[in-house]
Amino acid sequence: MTALTSQAPASRQPISFALLAQVILIANSFIMLYPVVVMVLSAFKTTGEIFEHPFALPDFTQVGNFAKVLGETAMPTYFVNSILVTGTSVLLILVLGTMAGYAVARYESRTNTFILLFFLAGLMLPLKLAVIPLFILLRDLGLLDSRWSLIVTYTAIGLPSAVFIMAGFLRTLPSELEDAARIDGASEPRIMWSVMLPLARPPMAIAAIQNAVPIWNDFFFPLVFIQTDARKTLPQGLTTFMGEYTTDWGMLFAGLTIAAAPITLLYIALSRQFIQGMTAGAVK
Amino acid sequence: MLVSRKQAPSLKRQLWVAFLVVPPIVFMSLFVVYPILSAFAYAFYDWQGLARGEFVGLKNFKEVLFGATMAPVVWNAFLHNVYALVALMIIQNGGGFLLAWLLYKEPFGFRFHRIAVFVPVVLSTIIVGFLWKLFLNPNFGIINQALYSLGLDSWAKPWLGDSSTALGALILANAWHFVGFPTLVYLAGMQRIPSEIIEAARLDGTNEWQLLKNIVWPLVAPSTTILFTLLFIGAFNWFEIPYVMVGLDGSPFGTTDVLGLVFYRTAFGNQSASIQNFGMGSALATLLFLFIVVFASMLTLWLRRREIQF
Repeated sequence: MTALTSQAPASRQPISFALLAQVILIANSFIMLYPVVVMVLSAFKTTGEIFEHPFALPDFTQVGNFAKVLGETAMPTYFVNSILVTGTSVLLILVLGTMAGYAVARYESRTNTFILLFFLAGLMLPLKLAVIPLFILLRDLGLLDSRWSLIVTYTAIGLPSAVFIMAGFLRTLPSELEDAARIDGASEPRIMWSVMLPLARPPMAIAAIQNAVPIWNDFFFPLVFIQTDARKTLPQGLTTFMGEYTTDWGMLFAGLTIAAAPITLLYIALSRQFIQGMTAGAVK
Repeated sequence: MLVSRKQAPSLKRQLWVAFLVVPPIVFMSLFVVYPILSAFAYAFYDWQGLARGEFVGLKNFKEVLFGATMAPVVWNAFLHNVYALVALMIIQNGGGFLLAWLLYKEPFGFRFHRIAVFVPVVLSTIIVGFLWKLFLNPNFGIINQALYSLGLDSWAKPWLGDSSTALGALILANAWHFVGFPTLVYLAGMQRIPSEIIEAARLDGTNEWQLLKNIVWPLVAPSTTILFTLLFIGAFNWFEIPYVMVGLDGSPFGTTDVLGLVFYRTAFGNQSASIQNFGMGSALATLLFLFIVVFASMLTLWLRRREIQF
């Protein structure tokens, strides 16, 4: 029986079909990667070389475009802003999400259902459409045109999913762990911090990646909230940069390459975690 | 067990739980609940710039849906959102389903293809938009350059400047950006199908097409539900790709205008018309919000009914 079932799929697969599948997959991967490759190659060329030999390999020692982007433009500032905004937002999401998730998962209370429904609503409402009142609220709080305007917005958007990821995981931990620590006289905060949370690193990593990537890449909220060039994040700064160098294609491709590099390299190094984190909301 | 979970919680415990739940709830109330409720309220007022004027009832809504200046723009944009939704359902989600099926068999190079298809997904929409804008440039973009070098000069076009191709180009750029997402969500869905089901069907002599149509497609229904709902929400919030590739006015001649651009122009103005109208913007946002909530829930309920437990 086992021999039969393990053989069956292979024998049912005609060679021609497997070949066709392979051709489609290779073509698709080519279409997915080639534009990125052209972007990187063009960054090593002068504008003249890009126009005349768009598909040729460049001289890789010619790094003038990169030096100019990093040395003469505000790109490094945008970069630092993106790191500050993304880092602080993800940290706040994890802290607040773990607090609410822990309370709901580990303490029985009549208000738990209400709390979960509250965050469920937050999960489904697109905050983008409430950008006008958010704009006015941030103005009244004196946060407009500051990095905090972005941090609080991203935290509010990311918090609900973090609560569900954390609560879902923390609920699966056996209560014997807590009880044993309680018998030893540990306080509730100590149980949470020293017994339960060290076990919750995997869901924290998922919640962090799920939120970090869209925050790092977001453009809409900076566009509305930030005016001062020195506070712009990478995607918004990129539009300023692209507007300044419209005819210098070597610079444009170098700027795009530098903007794309960190997240692409991180993805290649941690592809499993990225895929798991970014599809976490859609895969049960 | 000294402390049973059933026991009435002490005051100290209650304070501790409150300490855990109150900050996240206050935060959510301030930055999500309050803005969303205000968004509805704002739509009923007249606005002078950033200052709220008098209560005007449904005037802003009427203007958005039937007014002589707003309504044609809104309906034109709405139609483009619908086109994008339908096209992306087929290209992005349909393409993702087929790619997932090819990956499911774990052919040679499976790991490489799986990582490659997801590379564009991690990039910022702004990078994707600018990259394709450069590639689609009429004179120096690689698309037309490739056509010239293949001797297909007559096929070359100013893709983003031509009314007949601009929206299609935006849709394809979006599909390139996101096709990896449905691919990997469907792949995960297929991997959850018990392998006995697929093997049994193969033993019965089911061909590839029947297997896909009668067995795999119905069994990945939960993935379909979530992917189609997400795409629906995404298509009606579409903003970044059009903004970067064709600008705030949906050029040429509004043939790529979408509701996201109309909303931004109305609420925050643009270079050509620097008037901002928060009342009308809020009315448009409220209508769009209700439309998305109502249709997305109906879509979810309808798609859920097709889901099979196994």
